[in-house]
Amino acid sequence: MSFMSRTLKETIIRNVLFVFAFVSILILGLIVLFLFQEAFPIFKVTSVTDFLFGQEWYPTYDPPEFGIWPLIVASFIVTFFSTLIAVPIGVLSAVYISEIAPPLVKETLKPVIELLAGLPSVVLGFFGMVVVAPWMQETFDLPTGLNIVNASFMLAIMAIPTISSISEDALYSVPREFKEASYALGATKFETIARVIIPAALSGISTAVILGMARAIGETMVVLMVAGGAAAIPESLFDAVRPMPASIAAEMGEAPFGSNHYHALFATGVVLFFLTLAFNLVADYISHKFKEVGSATL
Amino acid sequence: MISVKNRAQHSSSMKWRYIKQRLFFAVVTSAVALIILSLGGILSYVFINGIGVINWDFLTQHPRDSMTAGGIMPAIIGTFYLTLGAIMIALPLGVTSAIYLSEYAKQGALVRIIRIGINCLAGVPSIVFGLFGLALFVVFLRFGSSILSGSLTLGILILPTIIGASEEALKAVPQTFREASLALGVSKWQTILRVVLPNALPGILTGSILGIGRAAGETAPIMFTAAAFFTAKLPHSIFDEVMALPYHIYVLATAGTHIDQTRPIQYGTALVLLALVLGVDLIAIVIRGYVRRRKRW
Repeated sequence: MSFMSRTLKETIIRNVLFVFAFVSILILGLIVLFLFQEAFPIFKVTSVTDFLFGQEWYPTYDPPEFGIWPLIVASFIVTFFSTLIAVPIGVLSAVYISEIAPPLVKETLKPVIELLAGLPSVVLGFFGMVVVAPWMQETFDLPTGLNIVNASFMLAIMAIPTISSISEDALYSVPREFKEASYALGATKFETIARVIIPAALSGISTAVILGMARAIGETMVVLMVAGGAAAIPESLFDAVRPMPASIAAEMGEAPFGSNHYHALFATGVVLFFLTLAFNLVADYISHKFKEVGSATL
Repeated sequence: MISVKNRAQHSSSMKWRYIKQRLFFAVVTSAVALIILSLGGILSYVFINGIGVINWDFLTQHPRDSMTAGGIMPAIIGTFYLTLGAIMIALPLGVTSAIYLSEYAKQGALVRIIRIGINCLAGVPSIVFGLFGLALFVVFLRFGSSILSGSLTLGILILPTIIGASEEALKAVPQTFREASLALGVSKWQTILRVVLPNALPGILTGSILGIGRAAGETAPIMFTAAAFFTAKLPHSIFDEVMALPYHIYVLATAGTHIDQTRPIQYGTALVLLALVLGVDLIAIVIRGYVRRRKRW
């Protein structure tokens, strides 16, 4: 084999690999393209503002109403409350694993968190439906156990592993010298964790929280099975709601192909896609902007 | 007198600082306990309620009497096909992407865009993958609701996982290995093929197994692209619809006409799915631990 042909071969391989690496971008582009293409026809029937901020979601009535505001509100509410539950538990468990746990406990806990992350969402939804909901209904004397609180708890279980493992990475990468300096000044371990380590890892922890929220807002099976399914703005935490993913999953099977309802569900998917995209871009921005958190920059 | 008072104050404040520390440790420990309890609680509840229906017939028979009796064999087979298809699509794509990013790419705008794209793809909600699969594979490419459509959708879903794990495994191979090979006059591609990849293989394997676990447990992406409530026969080609374990749990628990009669089957199916997914995850974790301990560098 001559030298030229070898260089040529290397160049070809390099370019072929580049094409493969570009497939992810291509797929992302295709997702946007196809979602928009299938969503677009609904805006011939209703305006973008009426669709986003309309209070009524009655896609099968005559005449139908395609306002997804109650679905958007529902998605934000369950995401907010699940984050409220998942952030303290996720971050504190990360602190424990990274700073406090003895090596053996640490090696056992990390797989436990991974297994929790691996729980299929349909099993969590099933658990929330057949175990938590009847218990909640009976204990608090509610009309239904399938409501915001139940869904938030189940979603929190999904978000905790994300928050925990990313926070742990952030805590782990805090330079040793920071801790040593703090101890040398006579700070206790708690003071070092609270005033030195957590502040230094804050950008990573913020990324973790945002990605946890993105996970919660996009999660489908849990809200489909546990949130109750009422497409109305809730008045209490024990009301049933219908977050966007639940609406898509529940109705797509019955929406006739190419109908307005079908297009409206795709448009809901577009909203959901861009919401999670925004969450991910913000997380990416934060983690990149504050990447160089080393001794030199603090 | 003053100094004694100061010391007393000092010691009480030291005490207070340690009490605060104790309190904090207690809170942190309870957070961890809560995680273990919820995982343990869910697993044991499903196990206790599901183990009763698990027997050879349950795993090898078709459902009977409008799903209220018989087994879940078609759903197990369906999940197997879908997962196999997904990994066959995601593994080659993922590994080649990772090779480019780890071995060839120079830091620059284009690579940054590719990385952001991969991160964003990882964050796309599973139901949006379902919509995408429906629009592209089922409708536009006319694959219909089938193993092929479902596998493609799931393959795209796990692609970022595979890329991430493979890239990490490739980067963990010491630079000196590459330099030694290049110094012997071996070309870059041959170096990657003969030196870097073999050493990164366990890591890539771990990532792929985790991807398999993820694909097997997903419901939303296959709802509109592959899964059927009931099929009388097993699939004959990749253009057939299939039953799948996660979807089976969902339909029996929510949409069936005999929700209460099928409850034991729901628990049994959930247990089979859990055993499958967590078993697969556990295998990956064990392999990774083993490889880390045996690392030669």
